[in-house]
Amino acid sequence: MLQSIDPPAPAATAARRASFGWLRVLSPLVLLALWQIGSSTGLISPRTLAAPSQVLESFGSLLASGELEHHLLISLGRAAKGLAIAVLLGGGLALIAGLSRIGEYVIDAPVQMFRTLPVVALVPLFIIWFGIGELPKIALVTVAATFPIYLALYAGIRGVDAKLIELAGVIGLSRGELIRHVILPGALPMALVGLRYSLGISLVILVIAEQVNATSGIGYLISDARDFMRTDIIVVGLLVYALLGLSVDVLVRWLERRLLSWRPAFVESAA
Amino acid sequence: MKGTHPSPTDRDDQAVSVRAVTRHFGSTAALDGVELSIAPGEFVALLGRSGSGKSTLLRLLAGLDSPTTGDVKVPQERMVVFQEPRLLPWKTAIQNVSLGLARDNPTEHARAALAEVGLDHRLHAYPSTLSGGEAQRTALARALVRDPKLLLLDEPFAALDALTRIRMHRLVEALWVRHNPAVLLITHDVDEALLLADRALVLDKGRITAAIEIDIPRPRELGQTGFLGLRKRLLSAIGVHDAPLPDEIPPTRTAPAENVPSIVPVLRRQLA
Repeated sequence: MLQSIDPPAPAATAARRASFGWLRVLSPLVLLALWQIGSSTGLISPRTLAAPSQVLESFGSLLASGELEHHLLISLGRAAKGLAIAVLLGGGLALIAGLSRIGEYVIDAPVQMFRTLPVVALVPLFIIWFGIGELPKIALVTVAATFPIYLALYAGIRGVDAKLIELAGVIGLSRGELIRHVILPGALPMALVGLRYSLGISLVILVIAEQVNATSGIGYLISDARDFMRTDIIVVGLLVYALLGLSVDVLVRWLERRLLSWRPAFVESAA
Repeated sequence: MKGTHPSPTDRDDQAVSVRAVTRHFGSTAALDGVELSIAPGEFVALLGRSGSGKSTLLRLLAGLDSPTTGDVKVPQERMVVFQEPRLLPWKTAIQNVSLGLARDNPTEHARAALAEVGLDHRLHAYPSTLSGGEAQRTALARALVRDPKLLLLDEPFAALDALTRIRMHRLVEALWVRHNPAVLLITHDVDEALLLADRALVLDKGRITAAIEIDIPRPRELGQTGFLGLRKRLLSAIGVHDAPLPDEIPPTRTAPAENVPSIVPVLRRQLA
């Protein structure tokens, strides 16, 4: 028996893709509609979950008063500071451990030990050490974000093709040139994976850090709303976190497209 | 055996001088008393089965490894082209060629070298967009732009398709004639050795067991006068004897030499 494998009719595939595309937009809209209907009919009490229309209204008024922007900027500032320190610290440690044998012995073991600690468990200790100001919040973000960057960059450095390193010797590159032209670009894809993880985790840790003794930030906005049973504002805060997560992803994708343009996948899509 | 055992006085005139070299990995000897001289500008092919120590010898000459005992003298200006092109994926062809080039105007030299291997239209292409032949030509340009006195070729055409390989043979010969480095070509392909080399050496169990002068006038072509005789000598030096295969089995031109002995008994059994 011969089975015939025909090319799909182009119109059919296009139509199928179009219908799938509709579904992707449609299902969240249906969920949203069900939520609204449930709230309007009293099925969902506003104490449990505010109606989408109510959430939208609060969102608008928080924006108009400038309150949301104020808290958002403070949260972003904390995340940025913590992350910047984490990139320097994790990146620096990974470079030392990745590029030298002694560095590996001195640094890798303790880092591997500390990275398994749940960061949240450090909150009491950090409050004792750093008080309840900005410092413990930034420190928590730093600690959480350092490890993914360290692990990914270290693995990236160690994973650089040994044949390329050998070639660098053949064409007479100095150690500095080897690091700059071969090892760092070779480790970059992994480093970006680490950065993506760190960005994500720094937002998560921020939520926790800002609900402990904070007077500003999105986390504070949420915990303050909790005290007044304002589920609409809580949902607004959650939405902001979701949007932040989404923007972080867009940012890293953009970075990858720019920095890894040599990779086959990007080369092809650019052509 | 001309040039294989130089007197001590003319060692310094040689591009390569290897004396009584051994290289042990644990208890196994990959090289076991190798003597080798290559004159400046000479093209030498090194044949042998897998595990005969060919790559070990090449790595010693490249300075990527050191002998257990013995003495290796090679010029400072030496370059290697490996079986894989080993281009940095994040650099374009011209950046790959110019990287680490210690002279004025490295980019211009790289451009000229790539033009020489026929890639002036692919200067800014990333390696992932190059064909196997183009990538290997880029690797060749990267080696030649450094004006090596010794060019080490580690089966550089093995991964290429047959048609590309023929074009690469011509290119390598033309580049060798123009730049005139001493060349050591490691290959499995007897015909490749006969087409390109002045001298073919056979390495077996870590020793050079045969040296055959290839005195066919250039430019050479397969099947030229003298070709068949040398081919027979070289094959038997490698240990592939003209096996009494049945007529209906055509000999495969590019069959790796080490496969032949194991295939022969199987064929015989099947055809019995």
